[in-house]
Amino acid sequence: MEKFRKNLVLCAGTGCVAGGSMKVRDALREEIKKKGLEKDINLSLAACSGSCSEGPVLSVYPDEVFYQKLTAEDIPKLVEEHFVNERLYEKLIMREPEEKSSIPAMKDIPFFRYQVLRVLRNKGLIDPEKIEEYIARDGYQAAAKALTEMTQEDIIKVVKDSGLRGRGGAGFPTGLKWEFASKVSSDVKYMLCNGDEGDPGAFMDRSVMEADPHSVIEGMIIGAKAIGAHNGYIYVRAEYPLAVKRLQMAIDMATEMGLLGKDILGTGFDFELEIYLGAGAFVCGEETALMRSIEGKRGMPRPRPPFPAQKGLWDKPSVLNNVETLAQIAPIILNGADWYRTLGTEKSAGTKVFALTGAVNNVGLVEVPMGIPLRTIIYDIGAGMRKGRKFKAVQLGGPSGGCIPEGLLDIPVTYEDIVATGAIIGSGGMVVMDDNTCMVGTAKFFLGFTADESCGKCVPCRVGTRILLDILTDITEGKGREEDMATLEDLGRDIIATSLCGLGQTAPNPVLTTLRYFRDEYESHIRHKWCKAGVCRDLTTFWIDEKLCKACGACLRACPSKAIVGEKKVPHKIIQELCVHCRTCYETCKFSSIKILPAGFEGDPYELLGSEAKGEAKGGNE
Amino acid sequence: MARLTIDDLRKIKEKQSSDFSLRKGGYSAKVTVHMGTCGIAAGARDVMSALTEEVTKAGMDNIIVTTSGCAGLCAREPLATVEIINHPPVRYCDLNGEKMREIFKEHILGGNPVEKYALVRGCETTY
Ligand SMILES: Cc1cc2nc3c(=O)[nH]c(=O)nc-3n(C[C@H](O)[C@H](O)[C@H](O)COP(=O)(O)O)c2cc1C
Repeated sequence: MEKFRKNLVLCAGTGCVAGGSMKVRDALREEIKKKGLEKDINLSLAACSGSCSEGPVLSVYPDEVFYQKLTAEDIPKLVEEHFVNERLYEKLIMREPEEKSSIPAMKDIPFFRYQVLRVLRNKGLIDPEKIEEYIARDGYQAAAKALTEMTQEDIIKVVKDSGLRGRGGAGFPTGLKWEFASKVSSDVKYMLCNGDEGDPGAFMDRSVMEADPHSVIEGMIIGAKAIGAHNGYIYVRAEYPLAVKRLQMAIDMATEMGLLGKDILGTGFDFELEIYLGAGAFVCGEETALMRSIEGKRGMPRPRPPFPAQKGLWDKPSVLNNVETLAQIAPIILNGADWYRTLGTEKSAGTKVFALTGAVNNVGLVEVPMGIPLRTIIYDIGAGMRKGRKFKAVQLGGPSGGCIPEGLLDIPVTYEDIVATGAIIGSGGMVVMDDNTCMVGTAKFFLGFTADESCGKCVPCRVGTRILLDILTDITEGKGREEDMATLEDLGRDIIATSLCGLGQTAPNPVLTTLRYFRDEYESHIRHKWCKAGVCRDLTTFWIDEKLCKACGACLRACPSKAIVGEKKVPHKIIQELCVHCRTCYETCKFSSIKILPAGFEGDPYELLGSEAKGEAKGGNE
Repeated sequence: MARLTIDDLRKIKEKQSSDFSLRKGGYSAKVTVHMGTCGIAAGARDVMSALTEEVTKAGMDNIIVTTSGCAGLCAREPLATVEIINHPPVRYCDLNGEKMREIFKEHILGGNPVEKYALVRGCETTY
């Protein structure tokens, strides 16, 4: 890394940015260049240190000098004084650099420090039911710019150059999709928004629609101009009542104020927008099925080509974008492609929103620059595993995705790197699992979902996912056979190769990735009738290790089937005939004295667990 | 409402930002209760009613009480943000009606943040 003489850190908290941080940044860059100090001075943006009322704030290191209430006009003088003449620029020095408080600042809490909000730029700041508050935070400025100053080609170029890729799962370049549709000539075209969000565990799009509905609408207006559409639909599932309500209010307000409908902002451009309610079928999130659903037909995919850009809704050229993709658009139009590319990587530019859930401490909605390691998301932003448990896997991409093991946590979160693991970024669901999770059970859960949600059109998907599910169910019930693993892999690959739409083409991923990274669990289920996580009831024996038991009586009181006997100072015992394998004792015991053995185990537990521990120490699973 | 022109957009922006910058609007504090589906499920409505009740009881008309969507940290909902003029915003977590009343008395009326309920101070990063 290069070594700079001075490091400048400019606050990029919402407060300072609203106060003009970005103008100060540009002025600083320009002045540093003018004075030929690029090699000496490094300028970076940072999380808020809590001096919001003094903002924009600039910290200079190693001098430990802090400047406050900066404006772009101050910069030439400040640079001249501090960096050329090496004198303090007294006028703007902050005397008490940080407010004295024992409440931590944003920059001190990893959950906030590692996030950068672009899609979620108005998170927690505006009332989504008041259009004025959106406008106050630069709302509809980008639409105004696109409608007055930019041609269709200009818009498409900026979006293409920004490197923005679709956030709905497939990661297709947004600008390119718009270009295809703009080139098809047709009197009627449609601009559509996908708010179906069918992945279990995902709630990114719901939050955006609820918290900032206008950001989606503004993205759609800009997209409509780019492709030459005058009608649009937002497809939302009816299970999202609050999102539907706030979107409808937003559309009504925007229409009333002339931001939607005829002659938007007096520019002569028309765009009518409506909501279409979906009934919550997963397959209706797939683009061709979604369009059939809006047409009032049964939501089933059809072969492509023709692509929707040629023949989409009612056979008219159409563009469908995800909620988050659309919410990225306005800032790109206002700040430009280069700005967008300041975060992320070459092929995965910008930021991505993730719904972080499962066994981490900080369950929440997070937005991070692409390229950040998975480990940072889980251990810093997520604050690590809940109850100090051991990490087992992180599931990305929902039912189309896969499970990533500990050994791969240092890979950067980009489209390419995640695909290489067998998972996908997908729409941004991120479920963290601890050692209480059975990976065969996890695969079974997702296959249960896709088998249910398969629309039934293609045999490989309809029948194939069912067979996968049956085999997985057998394995979790102790009826697994040695050859099952090969069958799962063969059939999985066939389903991927022969299904029509993305549902079937990705449905086997949860099975294939768990087989790849957690094969030992399949083997122990099949060969030893042993679910080491203690989840598959038929494959467990709960046993109390007398050497660890403190005879506290907690498990004894908690057991719903009175299967535990013992008294004070006498180690407790489980009467196997009465045990219903519910795990209650296992979760109650504070001394980890309850162990999980294979079903019907009759040997010496100490010997078995001893050799297990040795195996783990030697390397354990991948 | 009249249909907007681009100039109107700018005017709304200016008016709105001055309304909402506490100083210019003549307000002393702004309290935002974060009410996405997650916050509401965790009890944000109780927090909101307790707050409006206290504000009414105290007869304060220089406090902005408002709502917004999900604040992102679902694990610690309900969340609320209190901004007192000339101080960085303070975000509170794991709230209920009782805690909100205490925060109202100590922080909003008294000017002293209630540290035991506070999660963080300052603004989130955006650029
Ligand atoms: C089975 C299936 C379900 C899908 N569900 C969604 C969804 O809920 N939301 C979404 O935005 N995209 C979903 N997609 C992806 C869409 O087909 C499409 O690629 C996307 O909406 C395009 O928008 P984007 O380019 O902005 O990502 C799904 C795809 C498949 C195959």
